[in-house]
Amino acid sequence: MIRHLLTADGLDGETVNTVLDTADTLKRTLLGREVRKLPTLRGRTVITMFYENSTRTRVSFEVAGKWMSADVINVSASGSSTGKGESLRDTALTLSAAGADCVILRHGASGAPHRLAEWLDHTGTKVVNAGDGTHEHPTQALLDAATLRERLGELAGRRIGIVGDLLHSRVARSNVHLLRTLGAEVVLIAPPTLVPEGVESWGATVTHELDPQLPGLDAVMGLRVQAERMNGGFFPTAREYSIGYGLSAARTAKLPEHAVVLHPGPMLRGMEIAPQVADSPRAAVEQQVRNGVHVRMAVLYHLLAGEESTA
Amino acid sequence: MNDVERPAGDPGRRTLLREVRPYGTGEPVDLLIENGVVAAIGQQTGTDADEIVHAGGAVLLPGFVDPHTHLREPGREDAETVETGSAAAALGGYTAVLAMANTDPVADNAVVVEHVRRRGREIGLVDVRPVGAVTAGLAGQRLAEIGAMARSRAEVRVFSDDGHCVDDPLLMRRALEYTRAFGGVVAQHAQDPRLTPDSQAHEGPNAARLGLAGWPAAAEESVVARDCMLAEHTGGALHVCHVSSAGTAEFLRWWRSRATGGSVSAEVTPHHLLLTDELLETYDPRYKVNPPLRTDEDVRALRAALAEGVVDCVATDHAPHADQDKDCEWSAARPGMLGLQTALSVLVRTMVRPGLLDWRGVARVLSEAPARIAGLSEQGRPVAVGEPANLTLVDPDAEWTVRGAELASTSVNTPFEGMVLPGRVLATISAGRITARDGKVEPVGGRF
Repeated sequence: MIRHLLTADGLDGETVNTVLDTADTLKRTLLGREVRKLPTLRGRTVITMFYENSTRTRVSFEVAGKWMSADVINVSASGSSTGKGESLRDTALTLSAAGADCVILRHGASGAPHRLAEWLDHTGTKVVNAGDGTHEHPTQALLDAATLRERLGELAGRRIGIVGDLLHSRVARSNVHLLRTLGAEVVLIAPPTLVPEGVESWGATVTHELDPQLPGLDAVMGLRVQAERMNGGFFPTAREYSIGYGLSAARTAKLPEHAVVLHPGPMLRGMEIAPQVADSPRAAVEQQVRNGVHVRMAVLYHLLAGEESTA
Repeated sequence: MNDVERPAGDPGRRTLLREVRPYGTGEPVDLLIENGVVAAIGQQTGTDADEIVHAGGAVLLPGFVDPHTHLREPGREDAETVETGSAAAALGGYTAVLAMANTDPVADNAVVVEHVRRRGREIGLVDVRPVGAVTAGLAGQRLAEIGAMARSRAEVRVFSDDGHCVDDPLLMRRALEYTRAFGGVVAQHAQDPRLTPDSQAHEGPNAARLGLAGWPAAAEESVVARDCMLAEHTGGALHVCHVSSAGTAEFLRWWRSRATGGSVSAEVTPHHLLLTDELLETYDPRYKVNPPLRTDEDVRALRAALAEGVVDCVATDHAPHADQDKDCEWSAARPGMLGLQTALSVLVRTMVRPGLLDWRGVARVLSEAPARIAGLSEQGRPVAVGEPANLTLVDPDAEWTVRGAELASTSVNTPFEGMVLPGRVLATISAGRITARDGKVEPVGGRF
């Protein structure tokens, strides 16, 4: 298994499938239980270290840890180490020295988890990337894959569309790598201003028009339009964006019957996704959140509970 | 101490260099230095020199001149001082360095530039020539006291807001015009700030995959094109700092093939001749630099441009940073790399060994051209009788392993850590005195 979980890029298919299978096993084990608590990580200390605001990801990791009986401690750091405060390195070493078996990091700087893994390597503390800047969010991609597997079965040969702010999206980066690893075809759809340079080398198809793609997709994932990162007028108006790329009811009607609509949240209802689409049976938004807990349990399990597989 | 006119040398002192090969050509000869000048070249048998250096056929070049060094004093003495930076320069074969203006306080007035020049003279390892800021406080709003710095004891001739671009075209025009009064040159850090908000890395597939905000080559190229046109229009002298892209090289090739008014020169750094953005994979900020490391194609184009003379010279952009400013997350890290002690070796590896430059070419790009651009009349002179003895002795065959901790700088942020590089400076002779020899500095104060 892997030493740290820093990226989806580079994860091999065997590792991904092992994590997804473990998540599935954990889900079935806990299903219908009165007390959703496994003793697996009793005595282990997991610290979430969030330098950016997040509700769903932090809560998801916290629940995942607690359902496996780990001691979970949340550290929220306002701002980054660029100010007068303690450096990220010192904070990480402090938490490790205080007994953290695993540090789960959300940070605004791309690559911050890589640095953390390097600084903590000699301590044995594991690092999980819970979203770094505009780089990656590997557990999001894992939970998306888990959700798609439940809805569609095997992903090999499936065609998945990802639409929206590809340039700033860590969810998109992680998903492209993971879906490709699982053998799916990925179609990236965005206005040219939101397409990262060299995206062709990611092994995905890139297009600027959403509508012609819809009938051929097995799933479509709407990305958050990250307003706080929009310092450059990437498109004229929210309305124009919505007309071209919003997941409206009329648009999703063009999808095949079985096609799934995903969104990593938080959703901008009306602009990115119409309320009737978000709440429709083909939308998997809540299922994504539920799977998030199981996938993160599986990740913590494999990082902290040793090498052997659960099966 | 107040005599800033000329390097004096040591009256009466005679130093003999035995078996040197000037410019790496011909049979070894002996070279006698007396009173700070080259007194004789030929076969010296039986000599009464005060000091004899047995060079064993090593290559003798005019002393190197770095048009772009950050010495960090005043303000960031925890990263570098004039003293440690001078030592690094002497060990790297340099006899003169131009110290950039982005200190704290900024070198935008006569007091600061005189201080830096005086510190250089007191330490006496290398001729430290302060660069003056173009705009007050590097703020890009109004001109700094350029004339006062030019007429000060520091005799400033090169002006730069390096680290920042003089992006306002009107201000750049005025700077190019105003510096004509005393033969000054404006050294531009070409980076359109509107095209590079929060930029972290070369805009391309690697940065996109790593989620690092892009620094497109066009942000450099468009400013270089504009400034060349302004230099032509005003008759001013433009020097383009750290050319980093194939596009800039291609533009300069075209521009300099035309007969134009004004004057345009350009520099390239050793790191842009060797390293690419493939190194960013681990997010190790030792590879963070501005302008950023670009692609193989850019590296190849820059080597060709330097060989051709489209880019005149090599500048280290030696940029020491304290540990806490480098051992952090990528976006929080300061851009910049050490360069003074590795420049020659990187040049040997990237230009000499592949046959792109011979040793005369090395003398041109490391000494003659930067001396000419900076207006340093005692530097970059021919290895010839009667010329000032600013000389560097190079072992072209030696190989050594770069270790940041073993370099003379206060900081350790070399991007070449652990690399085995060819070519080594055996000795540096500045104004007739040996300032570095066999990897050790020999400090003598009060010579410049």
